[in-house]
Amino acid sequence: MPWDEGLVNSLVYDAPSAAEGRVLAYPKAVNEALDIALGRDERVFVMGQGVDDPSAMFGCTRGLKEKHGAARVFDTPVAEESMMGVATGAAMNGMRPVYMHNRPDFILLAMNQLVNHASKMHYMDNGKTTVPMVVWAAIGRGWGSGAQHSQAIQGLLLGVPGLKIVMPSTPHDAKGLLLSAIADNNPVLVFEHRCLMKKDGVVPEAHYAIPLGKGVYRRRGAQLTIAGASHAIELAQQAATKAAAQGIDCEVIDLRTVKPLDEAILEESVAKTGRLLVVDTSWMMGGVCAEIGCLAAEKWFRHLKAPVRRIGLPDVPSPAGYALEQHYYPSVDRMVAAIREMCPWT
Amino acid sequence: MHSYQGKGLSSLGRHEAAFCAELFRRMLRIRRIEEEIERRYHQDQMKTPIHLVIGQEATAVGCGAALRPTDLAYSSHRTHGVYLAKGGDLRAMLSEMHCRANGCAGSRGGSMHLIDFSVGMAGTSAIVAGSVPLATGAALAAQMQNAGRVVAVFFGEAATEEGVVSECLNFAALKKLPIVFFCENNFYSVQSPIEPRQAPRELDRWAAAHAMSAVRVDGMNVLEVYDAARQAVERARKGEGPTFIEARVYRYRAHGGAGDDSKTGYRPVAEREAWEKLDPVEGLFKLLKEVDRKVIESDISREIEEAFDHALRSPDPTEEDLYRHVYAVG
Repeated sequence: MPWDEGLVNSLVYDAPSAAEGRVLAYPKAVNEALDIALGRDERVFVMGQGVDDPSAMFGCTRGLKEKHGAARVFDTPVAEESMMGVATGAAMNGMRPVYMHNRPDFILLAMNQLVNHASKMHYMDNGKTTVPMVVWAAIGRGWGSGAQHSQAIQGLLLGVPGLKIVMPSTPHDAKGLLLSAIADNNPVLVFEHRCLMKKDGVVPEAHYAIPLGKGVYRRRGAQLTIAGASHAIELAQQAATKAAAQGIDCEVIDLRTVKPLDEAILEESVAKTGRLLVVDTSWMMGGVCAEIGCLAAEKWFRHLKAPVRRIGLPDVPSPAGYALEQHYYPSVDRMVAAIREMCPWT
Repeated sequence: MHSYQGKGLSSLGRHEAAFCAELFRRMLRIRRIEEEIERRYHQDQMKTPIHLVIGQEATAVGCGAALRPTDLAYSSHRTHGVYLAKGGDLRAMLSEMHCRANGCAGSRGGSMHLIDFSVGMAGTSAIVAGSVPLATGAALAAQMQNAGRVVAVFFGEAATEEGVVSECLNFAALKKLPIVFFCENNFYSVQSPIEPRQAPRELDRWAAAHAMSAVRVDGMNVLEVYDAARQAVERARKGEGPTFIEARVYRYRAHGGAGDDSKTGYRPVAEREAWEKLDPVEGLFKLLKEVDRKVIESDISREIEEAFDHALRSPDPTEEDLYRHVYAVG
């Protein structure tokens, strides 16, 4: 089991009400999506280092090999580039692989196959083949994981045509978005976040799909828009609650998918509030924060009543030590401080 | 000097004369197509990098003859020979090279990305070794689908310097995948000879160390290539796993573009001349009887002329086409 379990275990989330439906832990929701996909479609298979080991990817893959067979749920060599290419080649030839990584850092070994091949084969052969493939990884954060085990690389991949990038923030979304990703005919990256793995949520038992490229309002408000995805939205909701206590009415948009980006929901909200705070689990420079900030400047400038603000990671590699981490990662307090600066009447 | 180490083509052996004549026709056709591409290249109608296979026709044709149309071939950047040997459509190829809308890849590929799914020409990569994992994945799919399909992937000796090929050999051996790894060793990567790139090693032994069948053949001898490829394909089809074939060959032309660049000094002109005497096309022709070369030549010539005319008459893609197929629908 990963050593940041201590950190993840220490996180406290509001327990959902069982009256709203069945409550599942986050990894169990992912597990259920994989189980359903494997059961519904014989073309689907799950591969990755350790998918059938006792830790079972936080429990996300537990029991899948026993139920669906070792040919369809299998461990791989420690060879990320070739395995990314193998998944791509299999996808080009009628299969629907789900290639799972413990951490996105290891996807960097496979950038050649992901960026030079998987993302553009459909375009390069004029639409003749498709690459229906899911690449899954869980972003780490904290507890000494450091610069090579904590990276969130969505910003690096945002500019690659042909990829889709999904970043769920709840167990409900983890299941519904993963089912959509597996059903999609393009290479889709699904970035989970370790800090969400202990989160429970209401998750319907049946198959359901959440459309890719559509954001959702997590909170309605009139004065300021906070937009982001994944764990950043968890923090944003806490920040919005604190800001409300100080008289600032924030709207929170969970993008769910950062590529394709739901520009319509962002525009709708910014047109109403005139203030935009973009939050992300990764670097601000050249990433999700930067792109959305640029869209605001380019397309929605006339609505803006204050400069766009970003809260993500500084242009610094992830530190390892606890004290340094406190200055590095986005926090509720930093978000609240930014919100107050953007709303100077408070 | 990288000298010839084969035994040479001295007889047709147990191969039927008609079969050998067909191999000759296929190699000659590729040779003539390449020569015409080269002849016209300076006209700048083909705005695409070319990597001519002149001198290396025997590998694609010999291996291609061992594959069924439903089997898949993947290639490196040097695509022309594999595409044509697999049965790829010449008109679509030349349209592609002329950047036309009806090219085999709609002008998104160019010379390095020739594909024709109707005959199993399934994919290429312009990144050294890039198509090797794709082909390995295609073989995994074939195995999972129990399709009886075999995959062959062509790459140069430089690809064996990329770690990913070793990764793929391991995975293919591990899973007993139905794949043939076809390594064309022409001793040069662009203008870099093999000596400063690889310690002296036997590539077949290197491949065999990954727990798979491996063999070296004379790549100038189409019959030897065919025999090895047929064995490898049969093994793969029977579920006995992958085979690595190293074929020693020589490209008569530069790495890319028209003409030979030996005079720049990276390889001896005499080396090329020595290999040209062992030419795979003419070497086989000498052993053939009752082949009317004139008829074959004129048929090929007419086909080539017609295909170039077709390409030059074809429409350009439009701005709208640029945005098509970034994402697959659904």
